Amino acid sequence: MRTTTRPRRAAVLATAVLATSALLLTACSSGSDSGSSGSGDANAKVTLTVGDFGTFGYKEAGLYDEYMAAHPNVTIKYDTVQDGQKYWDALTTHLASGSGLADIQAVEVGYIAQAANTLGDKFLDLGKTDGINPGNWLDWKSKQATTAKGALIGLGTDIGPMAICYRTDLFQQAGLPTDRTEVGKLWAGDWSKFVEAGKTYQKNAPAGTFFTDSASGLFNAALSAEPVQYSDASGKLVYKDSAGVKKAWDLAVSASQAKISAGLRQFQDPWNAAFANAKFATVVCPSWMTGVISKYAGDSGKGKWDVAAPPAAGNWGGAFLTVPKAGKHTKEAAALAAWLTAPEQQAKVFTKVGNLPSTVGGLQQSAVQGAKAEYFNNAPTGQIFAASAQSIKPAPIGEQDGNVKTIITDNGVLDIEEHGTDPAKAWSNVTKLIDDKVGH
Amino acid sequence: MATNVRAEAPPVAPGRPAWRSRLYRFDLKASPYAFIAPFFLCFAAFGLFPLIWTGWLSLHYVDLLKPDVLEWKGFGNYTRLWSNDQFWTALRNTFTIGVISTVPQLLMALGLAHLLNFRMRGRGFFRVAILAPYATSIAAATLVFVQLFNPDYGFINWALDLVGLHPNWYSETWPSQIAISTIVTWRWTGYNALIYLAAMQAVPKDLYEAASLDGANRWQQFTRITIPSIRPTILFTIIVSTIGATQLFGEPMLFGGGVGVSGGSAHQFQTLSLYMYELGWPSRQLGRASAVAWTMLLILLLIGLVQFLITRYRKRHELGG
Repeated sequence: MRTTTRPRRAAVLATAVLATSALLLTACSSGSDSGSSGSGDANAKVTLTVGDFGTFGYKEAGLYDEYMAAHPNVTIKYDTVQDGQKYWDALTTHLASGSGLADIQAVEVGYIAQAANTLGDKFLDLGKTDGINPGNWLDWKSKQATTAKGALIGLGTDIGPMAICYRTDLFQQAGLPTDRTEVGKLWAGDWSKFVEAGKTYQKNAPAGTFFTDSASGLFNAALSAEPVQYSDASGKLVYKDSAGVKKAWDLAVSASQAKISAGLRQFQDPWNAAFANAKFATVVCPSWMTGVISKYAGDSGKGKWDVAAPPAAGNWGGAFLTVPKAGKHTKEAAALAAWLTAPEQQAKVFTKVGNLPSTVGGLQQSAVQGAKAEYFNNAPTGQIFAASAQSIKPAPIGEQDGNVKTIITDNGVLDIEEHGTDPAKAWSNVTKLIDDKVGH
Repeated sequence: MATNVRAEAPPVAPGRPAWRSRLYRFDLKASPYAFIAPFFLCFAAFGLFPLIWTGWLSLHYVDLLKPDVLEWKGFGNYTRLWSNDQFWTALRNTFTIGVISTVPQLLMALGLAHLLNFRMRGRGFFRVAILAPYATSIAAATLVFVQLFNPDYGFINWALDLVGLHPNWYSETWPSQIAISTIVTWRWTGYNALIYLAAMQAVPKDLYEAASLDGANRWQQFTRITIPSIRPTILFTIIVSTIGATQLFGEPMLFGGGVGVSGGSAHQFQTLSLYMYELGWPSRQLGRASAVAWTMLLILLLIGLVQFLITRYRKRHELGG
């Protein structure tokens, strides 16, 4: 026995040492082969990685498979993070260190200014790539992803013109109209009418239900209709004096105090579950939200949801595809990004998950214009959202908008909803937190 | 061999032999250092350097996106921490979550280990079973607990509803901290129990025999023999758990979901590690995050010092008395 264990132990030790040194060696050498970017043979096998968050719909619409079938030398791998904030935190770290990046990285509109200003030189200028014309997109969409030097670092994927999604069954039980035109008239023209409608709903509400899901959602929606939001045209943070922020904040506070909101944090587990349990009757609904609703409300909600025009048009969300320079195959990645964001593909994504095209051509596709959402009682979603998109007045966005929004909604509005904090105190908390976290 | 050495020993031969013996002596003295050098080089590169570099960063303003540009701040980051409410909230949360997770956890581990120390059927199975939570990933475990603690549809509130309670496990301070502590306790109790069990098995059996002959019951045996015998092990687990509690990150982060980093809307369960992450990543202020990291290190050293002093005092006290 003794004699056999000794050599075996030595062998184990030797293997361990070898494995460790191999690890160290590979770790050191991995940086060396990232220099060249897809030069030479056009048919060489390449693997492209796509990093995104939430639901971009490329997988759902079968676009990766379609592209791989058309380009046999390309293999596409994707990595999706559910939470947009966590996704961005990781992405900034990867960008700063130049490692761990996918060939294509999605960037949300709240962070695109930061990407374009502070991180502009980390991304490929897609404006110089073959077959990409910034004029294909809605004017303001491309502008948001253009750096001060004129480089186009991101190709617009979708935009988020808003509507209101509502449950016809709950509206009926509460004695409100259910027809989408009638419902739209309840609050046409003013967000405060939306809160008033909520009070009416709440008087006869089915037990345990609320008019809307969260005051934060309302805050985002009302703010998105404003010409000045967190930052002014020069990119300076002006949220403290912004009339838009004040209006949206007051609206969110009034909704919370009237107890017409379920007080849930959006995109959080209880919020997801509340869809299936019909806990609230309305959700402010940018085009991409329709995909979220059908996912979480599931079969039980089919046909019970409908879509009505919003009190005021605004854009909430939307994203871009960028190609980090540190990638190995930037040329192939740019081609894939261009293909994914082309009008035809955007239309396919829209029909599958509801993300509205950000290209002029995409919005005009008959598949978009004539689209009816079966899940939403056959509402003409294409028409509703495209109409909403027409009236969007884009507001300037600044570098810190994403962070400021997170703090105001998560540590301000949600704090009032969850803990009944005095609104004035909540606002002073918010300004303190933002002063502390933003800038030096 | 022996003759050879003796032949060389007299310092008569000049030149080569002397050089050779010096080399031999050098080899004898230096090669041990060469053998242990890899560890110290690794430690310097991956342990000491980051520690010092973090300390250096904590004296500067550093943007996460431009980590090579340092702007001198002196101790500004530390004084700012001192006057920051959120830091004190995080410190208090770390302390309370630490206490309500560590204390029950170690007590339960002691009890479990004591039970597993008896002869019983399926002992091996139980010993493996209690280690299973430790082998589960934090993410998977937290996901399950998030479902259980869902205020509206979770199993726990369904059960509590029967007795008329309806706590909100996310938004209320104590319930949220208790929920997070539950995850920690669930995960680490078995691990600590196994450590205690190992120590208990080293306690001589004749002590128990003698005690039972003297008429001591099980409980007396446990408090008079087991606990004193494994006291060094208990101290070790206390230190390790304290360190773990101070660095608590994954559980509250994942438990909070979208508001995990800020530890809930009123920071009600934000720990120091989460605060550090919030400063360093979403706010991009690496310098201030480094200051929090160093503060955490100092707090741990302080706790370690207190524990050390208590042990020393007790030892002296016992020896004297």
